[in-house]
Amino acid sequence: MSSEHSTESIQEHIRVYLMVFGALGILTVVTVLASYLEISTSEGIFLALIIASVKASLVAGYFMHLITEKNTIIWILILTVVFFFVMLFLPLVSYTDQVHI
Amino acid sequence: MEVPYIVEEREDTGLINSKLGIWIFLASEIMLFGGLFSAYIFLRLAAPPGDFARWASELSVPLATVNTLVLISSSVSMVMAWASLKLNDLSKYKMYMGITLLCSLIFLVIKYFEYTGKFHHDIYPSSSTFMAIYFTLTGLHGIHIIGGMIVMIYFWLPIGYKMWETQPEHFANRVEVLGLYWHFVDLVWIFLFPVLYLL
Repeated sequence: MSSEHSTESIQEHIRVYLMVFGALGILTVVTVLASYLEISTSEGIFLALIIASVKASLVAGYFMHLITEKNTIIWILILTVVFFFVMLFLPLVSYTDQVHI
Repeated sequence: MEVPYIVEEREDTGLINSKLGIWIFLASEIMLFGGLFSAYIFLRLAAPPGDFARWASELSVPLATVNTLVLISSSVSMVMAWASLKLNDLSKYKMYMGITLLCSLIFLVIKYFEYTGKFHHDIYPSSSTFMAIYFTLTGLHGIHIIGGMIVMIYFWLPIGYKMWETQPEHFANRVEVLGLYWHFVDLVWIFLFPVLYLL
């Protein structure tokens, strides 16, 4: 976030922070309630990760100001996510190869 | 020697150096925790069916839910501390930074009770594959909480915030960088909670 901030814009930011706080609290309760649904394990994992991703996006987007952040940081993060998936899927290829899937 | 571009932004990156530095550090942290999440997935794939879910049922969902809410609250109070500095209100900054510290302490105390509860039932990292990865992930996360708290205590005490009187913009940038680290610690827990306690 840039250093130029008017009092009005900071107060608008604070209003948004409190709304995000409310949303994160509600989504935490939803995560717990969703774990009691009678669905399959894979469906449960999918649902829990979707909710966690929404919560993480709210934190990164608003608390970490990523939605207004400079492209330099966005590109660093895109590169990191690419390497993360490479790290995740390379062993998966090896695993599926070993069990002949 | 003074570190350049800590108040004014560099023309080529469009950022202050401290912010670029913390984001590169956080990128390395994503790979660190990402590697462990990857380990969790493969250990779970290789475990007997139902083994991870059975051991996960030994954990306390209510305590972890409270801890999640505590950590989210600490993230909000951290960003409010930064906003207070931008509004030139040092006393509110001290209050919000104090709340953030208190929340992080509550988180650690709850974690302490969770750990000791397991030890009293003879459950240790060596008890099962699930417990090994549970203690590794939450232990590493706990170390990050302690690291953040050390910096928070420094910024909360007069020795840390005295910079506000002479270089307010620089001090606000320091708090913003600490905030970025702290939100990342919160973000990691947002994934740890369902993965370890609910699935």
